[in-house]
Amino acid sequence: MTSPKQALAHPASSADAAPGTPPGAARDAHGRGTQPGADSWRSRLYRWDMKASPYAFVSPFFVLFGAFTLVPLLYTAWYSLHHVQLSALDDQTWAGLDNYRNLWSSEFFWNALENTFTIGVISTVPQLLAAIGLAHLLNYRLRGSTVWRVVMLTPYATSVAAATLVFTLLYSWDGGMVNWILHFLGVGPVNWRESDWGSQFAVSSIVIWRWTGYNALIYLAAMQAIPADLYESAAIDGASRWQQFRHVTIPQLRPTILFTVVVSTIGATQLFGEPLLFGGVSGSKGGSEHQYQTLGLYMYDQGWIIGNLGKASAIAWSMFLILLVIAAVNLLLTRRLRKSP
Amino acid sequence: MRTSIRRSQRLMALAAVAALTTGLLAGCAKDSNDSSSDGSGGGGNGKGKITLTIGTFGVFGYKQSGLYDEYMKLHPEINIKENVTTRTDVYWPKVLTRLQAGSGTDDIQAIEIGNITEAVQTQANKFVDLGKEVDKSQWLDWKNAQATTKDGKLIGLGTDIGPMAICYRKDLFQKAGLPTDRTKLAEMWKGDWAKYVDVGKQYMKKAPKGTKFVDSASSVYNAAVGGASERYYDKDGNVVWDRSDGVKKAWDAAMSVATSDMSAKLKQFDPTWDQGFANGTFASVACPAWMIGYIEQKSGDLGKGKWDVAAAPAASNWGGSFLGAPTAGKHQKEAIALAKWLTAPEQQEKVFAKQASFPSTPSAYASLKPAADTTAYFSNAPLTQIFSDAAKTIPSQPLGPKDKPIDNAISDIGILQVEQKGKSPSQGWDAASKEIKDVLGQ
Repeated sequence: MTSPKQALAHPASSADAAPGTPPGAARDAHGRGTQPGADSWRSRLYRWDMKASPYAFVSPFFVLFGAFTLVPLLYTAWYSLHHVQLSALDDQTWAGLDNYRNLWSSEFFWNALENTFTIGVISTVPQLLAAIGLAHLLNYRLRGSTVWRVVMLTPYATSVAAATLVFTLLYSWDGGMVNWILHFLGVGPVNWRESDWGSQFAVSSIVIWRWTGYNALIYLAAMQAIPADLYESAAIDGASRWQQFRHVTIPQLRPTILFTVVVSTIGATQLFGEPLLFGGVSGSKGGSEHQYQTLGLYMYDQGWIIGNLGKASAIAWSMFLILLVIAAVNLLLTRRLRKSP
Repeated sequence: MRTSIRRSQRLMALAAVAALTTGLLAGCAKDSNDSSSDGSGGGGNGKGKITLTIGTFGVFGYKQSGLYDEYMKLHPEINIKENVTTRTDVYWPKVLTRLQAGSGTDDIQAIEIGNITEAVQTQANKFVDLGKEVDKSQWLDWKNAQATTKDGKLIGLGTDIGPMAICYRKDLFQKAGLPTDRTKLAEMWKGDWAKYVDVGKQYMKKAPKGTKFVDSASSVYNAAVGGASERYYDKDGNVVWDRSDGVKKAWDAAMSVATSDMSAKLKQFDPTWDQGFANGTFASVACPAWMIGYIEQKSGDLGKGKWDVAAAPAASNWGGSFLGAPTAGKHQKEAIALAKWLTAPEQQEKVFAKQASFPSTPSAYASLKPAADTTAYFSNAPLTQIFSDAAKTIPSQPLGPKDKPIDNAISDIGILQVEQKGKSPSQGWDAASKEIKDVLGQ
C-alpha cells in the first residue's frame, strides 16, 4: 500500500502528519496490513487528494453554473407551474400547467413567436450573405487592410442602446432621414414604427448593421486558413475569381458557416434589446399591434411590466424548449452536411 | 522531498480555489446587504458618519436644488447618496424584488403614483408607517389617501403632484386666428375636454403650415382621464375600466383627436416628441406642472416667450411621487427624518422654484415662486395661480394594483392603433380590451 515515494516523504513531514494520533500509534501501524493508522490515513488522504482535487479545481465553474444558471432555470420551472405575482413572490398558488395552457392559447404568444422567426430570418440571412461577401473582398490584397478590418468591427463595438437610438431617429416617420431620402425617390413616407413589415425591417436593419462586420471577420479568419495552393491550382485550371469563390472558398468555409448560423440563430431567438429600445417609451409592447414584439419582449412585458411572473416563467421555458429544438435541427443538419462531400 | 513540495503546492492551490469560491459566494451575499448602507462599515468617512441612500427614478430635483448639500450641512454626521434609475419600468421591478428579498433596498425609496397602489396593497408591511412620524394635515387629502392602507398606515410621504394646465404656443395660435389671451382661451374650453378638441378643429382650419394642434391623442386621453372621479378601479377595488364613465369620456375625446388631423401623432417622451418641441410642430400640449421644466429644456431658446399657460378644461392630475422608508433599511430613524425633511413644504417650495415640480403641501402655495427664467419663458403666466387652483379641485381617484399596465394598454395599444394605423375607434377599443384581459390574466 505504501509507495516508496511516500515513505521517502514521510520523515520530512512526520510532525504534521496526524496531530491527533500519538507518535507511538503511528509507528505501530507501520505494518503492511490494512489497519488504520497515521500512515494509511496519509495514503488515504493522498488518494483522496488525487481523486478529489481535479473536481475541486473545476468546481468554481460548476458553482457559478449552479448559482447563476441551474438554480434559476429550475426555479423558473417551479414558478411556471404557479400563479405568482412580481409583487408577492412568497404568495404562490399551484397552477399546474395553467400558465402553459394559457400561454399556448394566447394569440400574443404565437404572434411573438412568428415575429421572432420573421425578424430572425430577415436579419440573419442578409447579414450572413453580406458578411461572406465582405470577407471575400477583405481577403484580397488591399491597401490598409487592417484599417478596413477595424472599420468592419466598429458597429459591433457600439452599444445596442446607442445604435438603436440613432436608428430610431433615422426611422422617425416625421422628419427622419430615411423618409427624407424616400421622399426624393418619389416614395411616400413610411411609418417605420407602426407599419407591420416596416417596423420589422427597421429592427432587422439594426441587427444587420451591428453584426455583419463581426461575422465578416470570422469568415475572413477562416478564409485566410484556406491553403493558397488550392486557389493556385484552381487558377491553373482556368477557374475565374467567382468560380474560385464558389468551388474553393464556400466548401472550405462550410464548418465556419455552420457555426455562424448556429450562433446567429440563437441570437435571433433571444432578440430583445433592439426592439425594446426601438419601441421607445412603451417598447415592451413591440408596437401598437405587437408587430415587432419578440418572445424576449413578451416575456419581459409579462414578467416585469405587468408582473405576472408565473406566465413569464412559462414563456422562458417555452423559449428554452424552442432553442433545444433549434439546436437539434442544427445538429441533424450539421451531420447531414458533414457526410455529404 | 519533491513530492512533499508538490503536495503542499497542491494544497495551497486547493485552498486558494476554495477561498475563491467561498469568497465569491460570500461576495454575493455581502454585496446585497452592503449596498443599502456603505460607509458605516467601510470606514474612511470619519467616525460615526452614516451614509443614507435614496433610490429615485427620473429627475426629482433634490440634487439640482441643492437640498442634499443643505441637509448634509445641517447634519454633519450624515452623508446622502442618490441612486437614480432613469426608467420607472426598470426601477420598480427592481424595488419590488429587493423589498421581498428583504435586502438591497435603499434607505429611502421613491414610489411613483402608478405604483403606489400596488405598494399599498401588497408591500405595506415592508414599509415604515410614516403616519405616526408626521403631521398628515400638511399634505393634500387625496395625496395622503393614495399612500394609505385600509387600516390607516401611511407608507409614503407625498412629493410633488401633477395638476394639469394647457401649455400653448401663442405665436402659432395667433397665426391660426385664435385668441392668444390665456383667460379667454381657458374660458373657451372650460368644463369639458371635448371643447378643447373643438378649439383644435378651429385651429386646423387656418393652421400654420407644418403644425398640428396637439402632440398626440394619448396626451388628451391622459389629461382627461386624470380628472375622472373613477377610472380603472372603483373604490372597492373592482376592475371597472370597461364601464367607467371617466374612461369613456376621455376615450371619446381622444378618439375625436385621433380621427381628425389635429394630432402630430407623436409619442410622449420619445426623441421625436422632443424634436417636436424644438421644431414647434404642435401648438398645444396638456401639461402637468412637472412638464414645465421639460418644455423649457426641450424647446430651447427658440421657444422663449412664445409659450403660454392656460387653465385646463377640467382639474386633473398626472403624476407625482412618494418617498417611503423600507423596513429593510439599516438606518430607519435617519431615513425617516430625511424623508420628512425632503417632503416638508419649505423644501417642496425650493424644488418648485428650481424646476416647477408642484408641491403636494398646500401650505406652500401662498409663498410659491417659480424661477424668474421660467416665468419669462412662459410669457409671465401666473404659474402658481393656475396650478394651485387646479390642485385644490382635483378629485380623489381610486387607483388599483394594475393601474399602470391598464393605462399603457389603452394608450399604447388602443389609441395608437387608431391614431397611427388608421384603425377605427371600435377596433382600437377591442385591441385594448384584449390586451387588458392579458394583463389581468383573464
